Amino acid sequence: MTVAITLAYLAAAVLFILGLKQLSSPKGARNGNFTAAAGMVIALIATIPLLRFTAAGAAIIGIGVVIGGIVGTVGARMVKMTAIPQMVALFNGVGGGAAALVAVAELLHFGNHPAFTVAFPSVFSIVIGSISFAGSMVAFAKLQELMTGTPITYPSQQLVNGLLAAAIVGFVIAVLAIASVPFSYLSLMILALVLGVAFVLPIGGADMPVVISLLNAFTGLAVAASGFTLNNFALIVAGTLVGASGSLLTKLMSDAMGRSLANVLFGAFGQLHKGGAAAAGKEGRSVRSASAEDLGTLLAYSRRVIIVPGYGLAVAQAQHAVRELAELLEKRGVEVSYAIHPVAGRMPGHMNVLLAEANVPYEQLKEMDEINDEFKNADVVLVVGANDVVNPAARSSPGSPIYGMPILNADQAKNIVFMKRSMRPGFAGIDNELLYDPKTIMFFGDAKDSLTKLVNAVKAA
Amino acid sequence: MNNELLNELTFFVLAIFVGIEVISKVPTILHTPLMSGTNAIHGIILVGAIVIAAGANSPVTVAIGLVAVILATTNVVGGFVVTDRMLEMFKGRQQSKTRQSK
Repeated sequence: MTVAITLAYLAAAVLFILGLKQLSSPKGARNGNFTAAAGMVIALIATIPLLRFTAAGAAIIGIGVVIGGIVGTVGARMVKMTAIPQMVALFNGVGGGAAALVAVAELLHFGNHPAFTVAFPSVFSIVIGSISFAGSMVAFAKLQELMTGTPITYPSQQLVNGLLAAAIVGFVIAVLAIASVPFSYLSLMILALVLGVAFVLPIGGADMPVVISLLNAFTGLAVAASGFTLNNFALIVAGTLVGASGSLLTKLMSDAMGRSLANVLFGAFGQLHKGGAAAAGKEGRSVRSASAEDLGTLLAYSRRVIIVPGYGLAVAQAQHAVRELAELLEKRGVEVSYAIHPVAGRMPGHMNVLLAEANVPYEQLKEMDEINDEFKNADVVLVVGANDVVNPAARSSPGSPIYGMPILNADQAKNIVFMKRSMRPGFAGIDNELLYDPKTIMFFGDAKDSLTKLVNAVKAA
Repeated sequence: MNNELLNELTFFVLAIFVGIEVISKVPTILHTPLMSGTNAIHGIILVGAIVIAAGANSPVTVAIGLVAVILATTNVVGGFVVTDRMLEMFKGRQQSKTRQSK
């Protein structure tokens, strides 16, 4: 590797680090993304003089870049903001797949007995990259609702996963110790793909963000391993940066849900409470509901209103309607703020993006720790399409699967208005005691329609 | 163990610490964009894909190289564009007012 290329790679690595740093604060975040992209361009350009192209090689690179560029741009531009999490999963998965293929090509190139320093990172990259690819595709399918979001479990699931893992270890040893033949590493790839699917199937849709973040870190490590195989400094540094920061981010996310990572991955979350939710639903307890006019009056003559937005709001595309309501109330002198739970939406920070899209100023968005003491002073809490994040079961019932998750103290407000389509439990599938609270008023319907009705009612009040 | 491998291990270990340190103070609201941004950065695998594709000289290596380049390019381009889409929406009160008054 020449000096110039090494220096260019160094510049790219520095830009990646600076980009990540900027991405960690709201002001510089967008520039951070550009900084990292600039690093990427530099690394790509610097690589070209390193290579000797065959005619076929030049052609497939040209064709591949055009196809991938179109797919990536169109996919990223067309996706609705509500579907961002699954899009991230998809882009992560293809990266993992690419890392695994690069490693396969290297093993082919080195023949039956590559040096250990080539063979080891290659099989690592094949296994981890393939798990990331297949796992991300399942995560995508679950979030896109191409398949059920509830955990899929079957008898002896852990045993099956254990056997898969054991078979993978067996083939890894075969490649390293006996011979690196295509049969061995292709079997390895197939087994790892199956394990990736099996690993994500029992994890519920609500936990997908944590899984995507973990697989993101996996892809980073697979890329770093490919860097060892190719002796490429840029791959090692960038891949490791992602592997390390992605692991930390995964931990931060599971912390925000009040759970350990092991519990998220192996707890088969949805299984515990299925019986409980069904039983509670059958009791048929009564709830209080009210007309739009009543609620309009209540809101218009409040002093402080806190809005708790959830994924239901985003699904109904009601971000603009909620902003309109908030502005209307503010004009009447009502103090309005939004309480954003760390996992509101389907990913940490997802709800902020959705509300920002509707021009809600981010000064009004309050994080949980900041606003939790203010609920007791609020006249009305308006819960729009959220459920689990205000479920008091997280505080009070140790048997509940969400027990220990930090929640918003909506139950301390003077009035709680729940805007929901039905009494159906939330994403985690757990019944919510707060719906039956005497202070709670239900307002059934599609979030957007309901908000529009409230806007008109407040105008009339 | 040769020198090159030693150097690579050094970079690897140092990059782990940098990766953890650099995002340790990220606010919750930026978790999603940050995940998406790091996702774009591991698209650096495109460099690896180009390296293996460049020398392709048999039907098998051509096929592997082509698929690897397509997947990796999708990762890079999609990753950066979708991150940018998310981040362009973070605005303060002032900016959002000026946009509405247009």
